Amino acid sequence: MNILIVGLNHKTADVDVREKLAFNGQKLEEGMQRIKTLPDVKEAVILSTCNRVEIYAAVTNAAAAHEAIKNFISEFHGIDRSALETSLYAYEDINAVRHVFRVASSLDSMIVGEPQILGQIKDAFDFSLQKKTTGILLNKLMKKTISVAKRIRTETKIAENAVSISFAAVELAKKIFTDLSTKSFMLLGAGDMAELAARHLMSNGVKDVLVANRTYESGEKLAKEFNGRAVRFEDFMHEMVNTDIVICSTGASKYVLMKEQMQKVMKERRHKPVFIIDISVPRNIDPEINNIDNVYLYDVDDLHGIVDTNKLERQKEAEKAEGIIAEEIETFQKWLASLDSVPTIVALREKADAVKKEEIEKLLNKLPALGEKERDAIEYMASAIVNKLIHPPTTALKEDSEDRDILIAAIRKLYGLNEKEE
Amino acid sequence: MITLFFELALTFYFTATIISIVELFRSSKTTTKIMLLFVATGFVLHTISIVLRYADAGRMPAVNPHEATSFFSWCTVLLFLILEFRYKIGLLGSFIMPLVFVLMLSSAMLPREIKPLSPELQSYWLSIHTILAFIGNASFAMASGIGVMYLIQEHYVKSKHPSGLFQRLPSLQILDEINYRLITIGFPLLTLAIITGALWAQSAWGSYLKGDFRVVWAIITWLTYAVVLHTRLLAGWRGKRAAILSIIGFLTILIAFFGIKLIRKGLHVFL
Repeated sequence: MNILIVGLNHKTADVDVREKLAFNGQKLEEGMQRIKTLPDVKEAVILSTCNRVEIYAAVTNAAAAHEAIKNFISEFHGIDRSALETSLYAYEDINAVRHVFRVASSLDSMIVGEPQILGQIKDAFDFSLQKKTTGILLNKLMKKTISVAKRIRTETKIAENAVSISFAAVELAKKIFTDLSTKSFMLLGAGDMAELAARHLMSNGVKDVLVANRTYESGEKLAKEFNGRAVRFEDFMHEMVNTDIVICSTGASKYVLMKEQMQKVMKERRHKPVFIIDISVPRNIDPEINNIDNVYLYDVDDLHGIVDTNKLERQKEAEKAEGIIAEEIETFQKWLASLDSVPTIVALREKADAVKKEEIEKLLNKLPALGEKERDAIEYMASAIVNKLIHPPTTALKEDSEDRDILIAAIRKLYGLNEKEE
Repeated sequence: MITLFFELALTFYFTATIISIVELFRSSKTTTKIMLLFVATGFVLHTISIVLRYADAGRMPAVNPHEATSFFSWCTVLLFLILEFRYKIGLLGSFIMPLVFVLMLSSAMLPREIKPLSPELQSYWLSIHTILAFIGNASFAMASGIGVMYLIQEHYVKSKHPSGLFQRLPSLQILDEINYRLITIGFPLLTLAIITGALWAQSAWGSYLKGDFRVVWAIITWLTYAVVLHTRLLAGWRGKRAAILSIIGFLTILIAFFGIKLIRKGLHVFL
């Protein structure tokens, strides 16, 4: 049997193609049922996320199965095969193993180090287990994949630093304040990026939200969305006395907050720390403000700078991760090879011979008085017993049956032929 | 016996210090755990050595320079373990254990014989005064260690290049809070130490102020921390300024502790 992966991801297909090929909800269940009936496909797992759709399969004839799966995808989703050709990729055997390891450890993701993909793979695998569409090969592969991804997560810093502006802002906030849920937060002006950062802050516990917008009404609308309170834009400086985090994007053409004003605010705040994020371009807040004690001002470029450094950092960690994957592929390959019947037959034979030799020696040591003839007879009998016992499993292994993989695994386990690889 | 336990404690602290420095460069939960295990074991051994010395001398073992530095280290480690247990502050050990080790090492190099204390000084005031003074000073030592951590973390945030230790150092707020708390513990203890010292002087020599140069220095230290607390409570000086002041405060103590001895000999035999 071979491992085969057929699929597409954000690098090979646009979102409108990916959407059409997604296996979600009912479609996943149906897809699973259908794929099981394909002639050369013995085991299958379907992974469907917004960035990728991939079918992992254990197949008897790779070329035929490849065709069959492509046809299945095209028919199932009602898309012309020719429209898919450029988007679909396929990996076989060792390359397939490498691919799934890389996918699970997020090396193939849009954002290296993102944590969701591992959970999605686990879910896909669980679903296949439920539907009983996996067997010895994919079970082993998926379990190994999950453990490899976990290993990479703990042994490298691939997921450590924020690689988006809003996450970088949250990370900084957490290093300035201990507990964000006790902090208040003001949105000064509105804008997509500001709203996104606000949402991240809120999902990290910030509860007390103020919105100060030039047009009070739209500020009010936004405040409602955040379960917060709208204030008049003219009052924002006054409100800053009680605000710990400020995100500013007003679209004004000059500074709305000057150093002297901020100094006054700080005095009234009794110098309690304040974190200001100015994501407006041109900047709305006098950069000099960062020089006031306990005021931490970051603008868009500062945040971009952090994100860029972190990305480089992740890239370095990704190289380490590739090393781990290479290592893990090797152990997996050993396991795969053990599934091949020839080495198993050889191992079985060697084991039987070793037992025979040992027992004969023991016996002959106990009976030193035996003559040449008797010794030969004993050896002959031992060989005969051993041969007769290992003959049926050997023939079974040699037959080209469909469940040979299972037989091999069973024999290796029953006769203790597995090296203690894990 | 006393020596054996003392040397063992020193060895454990030394190992913990090495691990704590390694931690700055590469850390994992296991390194921190191992480091804490060494500190805790060292602390137990250290406690035994102090108790044995107490029994041997029949008085609080904080009289000669060897005893004083050793007891001071003991107080610092005690506070470190309490803080670690309470707040689990990443990297605190890396900033405190080297100080503890240097103190212990200087203690180890000082003469260890137990000299009898002049009879007029022998009273329960000795224990009360020294315990108050030493725990008070140990909290100031911790506060300065935390202050250094604050300044490093503040530098990362302010300079907009959060890298290096940024991820592993705790938040500015918690560092500032602990710094403040330690000073509010240390200050009353120092105040009480000065008062009990005066009462002790009164009972020994019939005068509150028969002090030596060190008494003057104690008052300078007291004033320094009074300023730290005053500016914080009244002017809201927190964060960076509070951190710097707490470091200056502790340097004042260190000068009192080691420096004065070089200048003149006074009634505080250990100085």
